[in-house]
Amino acid sequence: MALSPAHTTSRSGAGVVALSLALAAFLLAFLLVPVGTVVLTAFSNAQGGFTLAHFAAFAEISLMRESFGNSLYVAGTTVLCATLLAVPLAYITARFQFRGALLIQTLGVLPLIMPAFVGAAAMQLLFGRSGSVNLLLGEAFGVSLPLMDGLAGVIFVETLHYFPFILLNLAASLASIEPAMEEAAQNLGSSGLRLFVRVVFPLALPGYIAGASLVFIKVFDDLGTPLVLNVTNMLAPQAYLRVTSIGLEDPIGYVICVILVLFSIAAMGGAWWFVQRRDFAIQSRGGVSAPKRRLTPAQSLLAYGWIVAVMLLVLSPHLGILLLSLSKVWSFTVLPEQFTLAHYATVFEDASTMVWNTFLYCGLAALLDVVLGTAIAYVVMRTQLPGRRLLDHMVTVALAMPGLVLGIGYLRTFRGVELPFIGPLTASWLIFVIAYAVRRLPYALRACMAALAQIHPSLEEAAHNLGASRWRTIRRVVVPLMSGGILAGFVTSFVTAAGEISETILLTSRESLAPMSYGIYLYMQSIAGRGPGAALGVIAVLLIGVGTWLSHRVVAAHAPHDLKGAPP
Amino acid sequence: MDLARLTLTAALALPGFAIADTVTVLTSFPKELTTAYKKAYEARFPGDKLEILNKNTAAGIAYVREQPPGNRPEVFWASAPDAFEVLASAKLLQKVDGGNAAIPDKVGAYPINDPEGLYKGQALAGYGIMWNTRYMAANKLPLPREWADLAKPVYFSHVAISSPSRSGTTHLTVETILQGEGWSKGWAQLLQIAGNSAAITERSFGVPDGVANGQFGVGLVIDFFGLAAKNSGMPVEFIYPSMTAIVPASIALVAGAKSPEGGKRFIQFTLSDEGQTLLLQKDISRLPVLPATYAKAPAGYPNPFSGSIQAKVHFDSDLSEARYYVVVALFDQLITFRHKELAAATKAIWDADRRLAGRAHAPLEEARKLVFSPPVEDRQIADKALLALFKADKKDETASRQKAKVEEDWASRAKANYARAVELANAAK
Repeated sequence: MALSPAHTTSRSGAGVVALSLALAAFLLAFLLVPVGTVVLTAFSNAQGGFTLAHFAAFAEISLMRESFGNSLYVAGTTVLCATLLAVPLAYITARFQFRGALLIQTLGVLPLIMPAFVGAAAMQLLFGRSGSVNLLLGEAFGVSLPLMDGLAGVIFVETLHYFPFILLNLAASLASIEPAMEEAAQNLGSSGLRLFVRVVFPLALPGYIAGASLVFIKVFDDLGTPLVLNVTNMLAPQAYLRVTSIGLEDPIGYVICVILVLFSIAAMGGAWWFVQRRDFAIQSRGGVSAPKRRLTPAQSLLAYGWIVAVMLLVLSPHLGILLLSLSKVWSFTVLPEQFTLAHYATVFEDASTMVWNTFLYCGLAALLDVVLGTAIAYVVMRTQLPGRRLLDHMVTVALAMPGLVLGIGYLRTFRGVELPFIGPLTASWLIFVIAYAVRRLPYALRACMAALAQIHPSLEEAAHNLGASRWRTIRRVVVPLMSGGILAGFVTSFVTAAGEISETILLTSRESLAPMSYGIYLYMQSIAGRGPGAALGVIAVLLIGVGTWLSHRVVAAHAPHDLKGAPP
Repeated sequence: MDLARLTLTAALALPGFAIADTVTVLTSFPKELTTAYKKAYEARFPGDKLEILNKNTAAGIAYVREQPPGNRPEVFWASAPDAFEVLASAKLLQKVDGGNAAIPDKVGAYPINDPEGLYKGQALAGYGIMWNTRYMAANKLPLPREWADLAKPVYFSHVAISSPSRSGTTHLTVETILQGEGWSKGWAQLLQIAGNSAAITERSFGVPDGVANGQFGVGLVIDFFGLAAKNSGMPVEFIYPSMTAIVPASIALVAGAKSPEGGKRFIQFTLSDEGQTLLLQKDISRLPVLPATYAKAPAGYPNPFSGSIQAKVHFDSDLSEARYYVVVALFDQLITFRHKELAAATKAIWDADRRLAGRAHAPLEEARKLVFSPPVEDRQIADKALLALFKADKKDETASRQKAKVEEDWASRAKANYARAVELANAAK
């Protein structure tokens, strides 16, 4: 819904220019410069000149080649497995009258509320060599499934965690296919599987590609899960290990970062290009879609069976973490034998600082995000400032930045930077707020832009007519009307930052500064700590779950409001 | 007004807004230990605030190196004596006077404190074998007594070990075996044990954790991991093999720290009666350096001063420090990064052994030699040039690339050897 130029204020006052410059400066300092530093270091030699020697050295080390191959393999296979999980579910929701639709929606959200690395530890106990499943299988059939061995374990955990991206995108895509297309195909005699493969799926491809590329990037860049599962021959863990054990000067670590960034940009760019070229979005966006068919009893059984199976798998990390948090001894048995609440007591006693830290960092970061997001949205959509689109593009760059790269970038760029009152920046709490805010900004910006797009400019014009200055209008009219979107953006930022581990592992310098995610990682490093770590994990999951539910409620509550301001 | 009040409250609640002396302790020790010491120390010295920085030994050394003087953590506290040698030779440690007069100079023949006074022994540790009783029973495995036992075919895929590059304690175990058995025989044993391993874990904790929850049957661990797990109720047992050494876990004051006085206070505390008694806690289970503390220990607690632990190896930490980088690189290239191939080769050799029922067979012997011998021989490891190459500055591009070439050479030779060994072993009938 494009705004006609006549509706935007043509004069951009000094205030707006100053604001835009400040926004650009922030993004420059905390996004472009650190990433640029990392990229430059990969191409610089000891004297500061340009060199490709580090890339050559990288290619010569067989471990690096192997890690590269493994990362590609794991990311690709995860996309494949996630597709296998998600496609039937999406198809069932979109094409059939199905009373279990709520179940599928829940399936789409459950995995995302638990950070992958938290579940990984519990999955070892359920699906590992001597885990519950293999003990039962061993007793019954004498077989053992190497579900958690090496790369397979990483693929397993990541698939269960990320398949909702494909599910949600595909479901939305399927729902918005022009029914006339399908009817035309049916008129020509196509039906069932052939119809799906030849007509429906290709039309839904943009949504699928968007989801699949997102999954690919996230798995390719993931640091936490491989570390917890003891898999180090992948790119992200290698970069982390090299930078921490060999040092911040190690050039190979930077080469890996450049590769991660390139692939992220390529995957995102490729998906965007693909979607642009083959945009089969329908014209009639009024919610009309193909009529849903009824399921035959046999089909119903299959559908429910598949959903229940996927649901059990998806719930296993949650169940595992819960059991682990309550167990005293769980060794070589199907279920823990002695239960205790002592771990929760330990956590409340020792880890309250960490919980507070999470609230502090994520809260401040989310606040920063919505302020920046609102500001950028306003500049881009309501002013005629030349070059304002650049702000939008800069923020999009943040979407493609792996947390690992940004973390290393901060450590290198701000090494030695000291602030008054706070001390060294990279060893302070402030760096967390900045790091979380920068990487969550794209989500917040999207929410703010969507919210602002729903507000008709005539409301602002009315305020101007009544004598309000621009800033007064923003404060009293625009922001309150945007509140739903802002709140949703806030909660999304908060919730995704709470589960963040890649940047956190790199930036945590002291235990007292650690947020919950790092705390969980730290607890999982000792035998007596597995229980409290799981307890902290359960608390984190509850926190994120409540936050997600709140944001859905807020968005739902504000939806009718926006329609009032929409153009006729 | 509201905003101002909010900001003020927020500012006061922010971490770091403290007025006390902050002592930063950089350590690889687990959370139970650091939490116990933090609580006790802050109770004893209310004016001080203890900050814990948890990093594995190698990352800790790199971290200290990278901080500018004046910004470094106060205390470095780790198990591996050679880590302290590395820091001392880089002039990153500061001499601390005092200590506890009741702490003896030696344990067996090994000095507890640094002769130059740069670091002090705070606890003692031996290296041993830990196993999961249920796993052993379920898989009908014999209980091991010595390292050499773990090299036997019966333990294939039941063992777990970490890598010296990630774990100071594993490096010590590896050096203990190499010094005890000799370079070639030691590597043969290590390669066989690694071949028998189901996994090379990312941190040393991965081994006792895996053994405790039943993932692995047997693991090479530092004693307190095994003892702490056992005392926490896990179905595990721990023993010291005879080929072991008791070495001190040390504590040192970092040169160029922000609050050296606070650091000294903490070090004193850890060496005091109270600090030593903390080590006896069930979930910590470390061996104190203060002999008097053992009177408070429960019955059956290992006591290195009473001679109950047989420690055949006289650990030479200078030798260990000199060849640290080479040993670590060798282990990684031959074992850690090639683990799948090594395990496959080991399995092929054990299978062939079983098929031949102990008969000698030239190709099988060749396969054994290919897999279980290191590319660097006895006399080569004493070669100063090789050791210097591995110690060179990372920024030195030529040295870096040369080192990478040497490592690459080892890696590719190992890979080829393992593959060839599989062929030879499978052909042996």
